[in-house]
Amino acid sequence: MLTPAERRRALAGGVFSLAGILLFVGLAVFALLTFAGASSSSMTALADPYTLRILSFTLLQAFLSTLLSVALAMPVALALARQRRFFGRIWIIRLMAVPMGLPVLIGALGLLAIWGRRGVVNDTLAWLGLQEPIHIYGLAGILLAHVFFNLPLACRLMLIGLERIPAEYWLVSGNLGMPGLSVFRFVEWPALRRLVPGIAGLIFMLCATSFTLVLILGGGPAATTLEVAIYQSLRFDFAPQRAVSLALMQIVVTAGILGFLALFPAPEDRGIAAGKPVRRLDGRKTAARLWDGAVLSLAVLFLGLPLAAVALAGARADLLKLLGEAIFWRAALTSLSIALGAGLLSVSLAMAITQARAAIAAKRNPARTARLFSATLGATSSLVLLVPPVVLATGWFLLLLPGGDTGMLAPVLVLGINTLMSLPFVIRIVAPAVAAHRIRTARLSASLGLAGWTRLRLIDWPGLKKPLLMALSFAMALSLGDLGAVALFGADGLTTLPWLLYSRLGSYRTADADGLALLLGLICLALTIAGTAGLKIPEERDER
Amino acid sequence: MSGDVKTGENGAGIALDGVRLRLGTQDFDFDTVLPAGRIIAVTGTSGSGKTTLLNLLAGFETPERGRILLAGQDVTALHPSERPVSLVFQDNNLFSHLDLFTNIGLGISPRFALSSADRDRISAALARVGLAGFEKRLPPSLSGGERQRAAFARALVRNRPVLLLDEPFAALDPSLRQSMAALLQTLHDDTGNTVLLVTHDPAEVRRLADHALFVSQGRIALSAPVEEFLAHRDIPEVLDFLGS
Repeated sequence: MLTPAERRRALAGGVFSLAGILLFVGLAVFALLTFAGASSSSMTALADPYTLRILSFTLLQAFLSTLLSVALAMPVALALARQRRFFGRIWIIRLMAVPMGLPVLIGALGLLAIWGRRGVVNDTLAWLGLQEPIHIYGLAGILLAHVFFNLPLACRLMLIGLERIPAEYWLVSGNLGMPGLSVFRFVEWPALRRLVPGIAGLIFMLCATSFTLVLILGGGPAATTLEVAIYQSLRFDFAPQRAVSLALMQIVVTAGILGFLALFPAPEDRGIAAGKPVRRLDGRKTAARLWDGAVLSLAVLFLGLPLAAVALAGARADLLKLLGEAIFWRAALTSLSIALGAGLLSVSLAMAITQARAAIAAKRNPARTARLFSATLGATSSLVLLVPPVVLATGWFLLLLPGGDTGMLAPVLVLGINTLMSLPFVIRIVAPAVAAHRIRTARLSASLGLAGWTRLRLIDWPGLKKPLLMALSFAMALSLGDLGAVALFGADGLTTLPWLLYSRLGSYRTADADGLALLLGLICLALTIAGTAGLKIPEERDER
Repeated sequence: MSGDVKTGENGAGIALDGVRLRLGTQDFDFDTVLPAGRIIAVTGTSGSGKTTLLNLLAGFETPERGRILLAGQDVTALHPSERPVSLVFQDNNLFSHLDLFTNIGLGISPRFALSSADRDRISAALARVGLAGFEKRLPPSLSGGERQRAAFARALVRNRPVLLLDEPFAALDPSLRQSMAALLQTLHDDTGNTVLLVTHDPAEVRRLADHALFVSQGRIALSAPVEEFLAHRDIPEVLDFLGS
């Protein structure tokens, strides 16, 4: 349904995008490999007890984080699916979306305020006369933070799966009088069982490559992941050999996880659609109401308290003084420019890749090379996940090492790394939107002879505006909150908001850090609101 | 128009006594007595309240006022599982990830605790609807007609006096509809249950029903024995429906 010119343009766009991505990732990996080849010690470092201990801790914490996130998300998702209508339900679902767009650093601050040594929980425990306060630094803190960020993700994905259960099933189980346990065994669990491996794999991936949370909450060498160890080797110990061997090990680990993930269908996040009205009679029983109420209250407290703590602490900080500082404005401007650049680039790449794949798919019998090209494009987002930001940064760090100065190139590199970092997520928003848009409009546009600029202006932009803006805002929020890439390059020359926050935290200027966290959080919140503004949130129209 | 309809000879089959309900902006007002042991067709345009009527009887909706009586029992306050009814919808009657044996077994014991006699009943019910030996089959591997037969088998083992059907044959080919209607008729003749059948198909009314209702704007506009219903000429909507 494309004119030859359109097809050529789409393919060219795909070729350029793929070449750019491959070059950026390839050069970094090439640098890692040549460095490893040049010094035999990095290969032997792969097996030394230090690296093995880091590897096993990385996998252990990722495993436990995944287990806890999935296990705890399940009752929450079940409760939300069972209780169809109560005041604030839609707000709980929205709260579940917050950690996805929230800069990790802010979440960590909030968690410290609640669970930290002088946080709310420990104060309460001490007041109750308990001697041993909860110790947040180390494995406990990492697990807590990973659950905080991933439980909502798991919960949303499970809820989407549960909402897909045909409405009749609930009527049938009500009519048959199936008790709660039977409903779980025969209806809910079979729906969740198909999703759990994909969700668990995704969370394991996120936790195994987690950087910022471990950097802040990890407890020294005993509780360090590969990503943080890479950073410390480069920035503090200046041991590039070890950094390289750790980076290569990280690639092997992510490759293993991606291979495992490929065995299962990817969890879909299509948003929670209100389809047919769903009657959950099992949710009307008093026992179910009490249980669900308790589960949801706990979940809201667990997720909401740290956020509230950030807002409160931030409001207490001297915001006016912060806003008066030149460094704040410089950091904000840097952050926003990088975020905007990375966001636009990421969305453009995603569009180019999607269009090229569609152009190939539209041909009746695509050539072998075309099919291969399309498959490679499809695998791009996995390729990006294979080389996590800190590894990518390490490669480029080594590449630029001979020149000594990364200062000039640092913003460009951070922008590039942030672009790739958000690409998998952006593709997941853009690709289905473009596919749906094409089904709606392609034949009609072609039959009317709409093409080029006219079609872009009249058909494509109005139809795709919302998902593209949403993808852009999401990519920008991700980039705004990123600490990984900046941490390696961030010298005096390049100060972003998260880096400023982190250094204030490091120099114990906690009030400043609190204020910055609030400001950064507000910027991300504003972005998310702007990005989802026109987007219709399906309101619950159940029980009709 | 509603109201004073003759009671079936076996006493009250289904009775809605001043039942009122408001959903959104639509008011529903049902007041009728329907004959026991008969096949009763429920007709009416989309959104007129046919499904709401069924939901009230099944217990998925509770009336704001009035009483619902099934087989002589006041069920207004009863949970759906305690009401003497079985249900068959247009689709998704069976849990698609469970085999037919489990699907039908849940109709006998919602905890799925089955005796060996229960197991025999499941196989017998499957054979009765023409699905002998289908115990281990999963619903997606069956045709639409076979799935509806399995749903009938579950209604059979549940053995409730009232069977509520919400357009059970609407998704099937016309030729298949006839054989399914014949099956429904046979099962009805065997068990003597009261069947309430929501349908859009005038042919189905002629073929199956002993009695017919026409629902319009949340009320029962016409309730009459089928010959009388088919002969009715003074309600334009009913004429439209019958296509004559």
